[in-house]
Amino acid sequence: MAAHSHHAELDNFNLDAGLWARVRNIILFVFLLSAVATGAGFFIDQKQFFHSYLAGFMWGTRILLGALFFLLAGYLAGAAWNVTVRRFAETLAATLPYGIILFIPVALGIHDLYHWSHPEAVAHDAILQGKAVWLNPQFFMIRAVIYFAIWTFFAWGVYRNSTAMDKDKNIQHMHSNSRYAAPGMLLVFLATSFAAFDWLMSLDPHWFSTMYGIYIYAGGGLASMCTLVLISLGFRRAGVLKNSITLEHYHDLGKWMFAITVFWTYVSFSQYMLYWYANIPEETIWFKHRFIGSWLSVSKFIVFGHFLFPLFFLITRKTKRNLNTLAFMAVWLLLMDYLDIHWNVMPTLHPTGFAPHWMDITAPIAIASFYGFFFWNRLKQHAIVPVGDVRLYQALAHHQV
Amino acid sequence: MAILDTQGLKEMFDPNAPKQLWGVVAEFEDEEALLKAGEAIHHKHGYTKLDAMTPFPVHGIEAAIGIPRSILGYIVICIGLTGTMTAILLQWWTGAVDYPLVIAGKPYFAFEFAMPIIFELSVLFSAFACVFGMFALNGLPRFFHPTMHFSKFGRATDDGFLLVVEKSDPKFSAVETRQLLLSLGATSAEVVEK
Repeated sequence: MAAHSHHAELDNFNLDAGLWARVRNIILFVFLLSAVATGAGFFIDQKQFFHSYLAGFMWGTRILLGALFFLLAGYLAGAAWNVTVRRFAETLAATLPYGIILFIPVALGIHDLYHWSHPEAVAHDAILQGKAVWLNPQFFMIRAVIYFAIWTFFAWGVYRNSTAMDKDKNIQHMHSNSRYAAPGMLLVFLATSFAAFDWLMSLDPHWFSTMYGIYIYAGGGLASMCTLVLISLGFRRAGVLKNSITLEHYHDLGKWMFAITVFWTYVSFSQYMLYWYANIPEETIWFKHRFIGSWLSVSKFIVFGHFLFPLFFLITRKTKRNLNTLAFMAVWLLLMDYLDIHWNVMPTLHPTGFAPHWMDITAPIAIASFYGFFFWNRLKQHAIVPVGDVRLYQALAHHQV
Repeated sequence: MAILDTQGLKEMFDPNAPKQLWGVVAEFEDEEALLKAGEAIHHKHGYTKLDAMTPFPVHGIEAAIGIPRSILGYIVICIGLTGTMTAILLQWWTGAVDYPLVIAGKPYFAFEFAMPIIFELSVLFSAFACVFGMFALNGLPRFFHPTMHFSKFGRATDDGFLLVVEKSDPKFSAVETRQLLLSLGATSAEVVEK
């Protein structure tokens, strides 16, 4: 009968130094191991290295972008429930600028990844000549900087306001974030859409889809909710924030997972259905590549693993309120999101069939631990919950109807 | 559940209908008092046939007075899946069995083109199940309910927090239940008839 116990025990909102150092060491160890292995892969198979790296880079970066979406959506809606997990999302989003370092290998591998970057290929291709205004190496680099600039502006802006509120408890910081959230949402979505066009869609430079950007971002949002669940559960296991991130908050994060699973399906299927129906070769070719050999089985498995299974698994209240089932689904969906990105990238390299490589395991781990290291460093600098937020006590007392 | 509450209508317009004891309605000052009293009368005194009427949704009141979770979700999934099946059968039977026509070189039936209708009918059936299921489970629409005999019934839409104990409760006793509610902090409590 804890139905109305407003005054639950308050947690310690500061990160324990011993716990912090232990986790930092684990992240560093994992990073060094996976980075050395992936680096060695460069000398073994250069083309495979760049493709595996690109898939890992897109997977990891989209998780941070999903966190930025979560924050902006929360501010736009005036959400109170998410305050207790918001600092994790803020810190994830504030890690985005380091992505520009991770982008350097993609830029260096441009000739291994992108067919359009070869002037001799463009010279014999009328379509690529027409697209050369956009798809040329110089503008490609400039655009990447612009994308990261837009993401950084909003991610750091939200983070700075929220952490400033920790100290002075001035509600103006919250209003400022809400004001920036509307143009932020627009610009971040546009930047992410175009980043998806540049970095993934241009792997097949003849092909185009206007829905591609939102499809790629939707999966990132899903992966981000899963990451928030797993970070919170990790802290819970260490006995941190047990009374602050309660079953009610996990339930809401589970609803986000469910909702974005459906949304991801909606956009990815819409993209497929429109091209299936029109049946124009220049449009269907991208799917044709993914129906060849064992790629067809992967395509079918994604329908099951990324949609049908999570849909019926997460539809009941029970699985969202059971931390074991929720954790399982979070891990599952993170893996499915990686498979989705793999399925987007790899048919350009392995057109005959699904051919996983050990670098497809080490590269995402290296990238996730790279981001994880900066995330963890930044998390130490402030309380792990926005202690100055006026809605914090509302979030602590959050209760599902 | 009744589509048209004829019994209620009869009672409303027939002043000579025999009066019957129906239950006790008590009014509380605020939601805290209501929750405390509800929790006491259900968990401590063992009453089960309880209901609450409040101007706004009160968090935790269902648990306090022992109202189980609604079965509406199960109704919605069943009818929603019926919608899914309806859409599949409708498109398959009309397109591939009853009147097969080749249109734009497409198959007679394929999930690719059937999916928008499947989605829409699933949503439509679910939405209808949700709205009308909610009405049915709440016994709506109805013209009259015995609690309307409570002199301050209208306050439940303004500033009154009402707790209802029905006569069908095994522990019910008009005098004692009313006394109990008053001792639990009710500002007023009345026995109502139907």
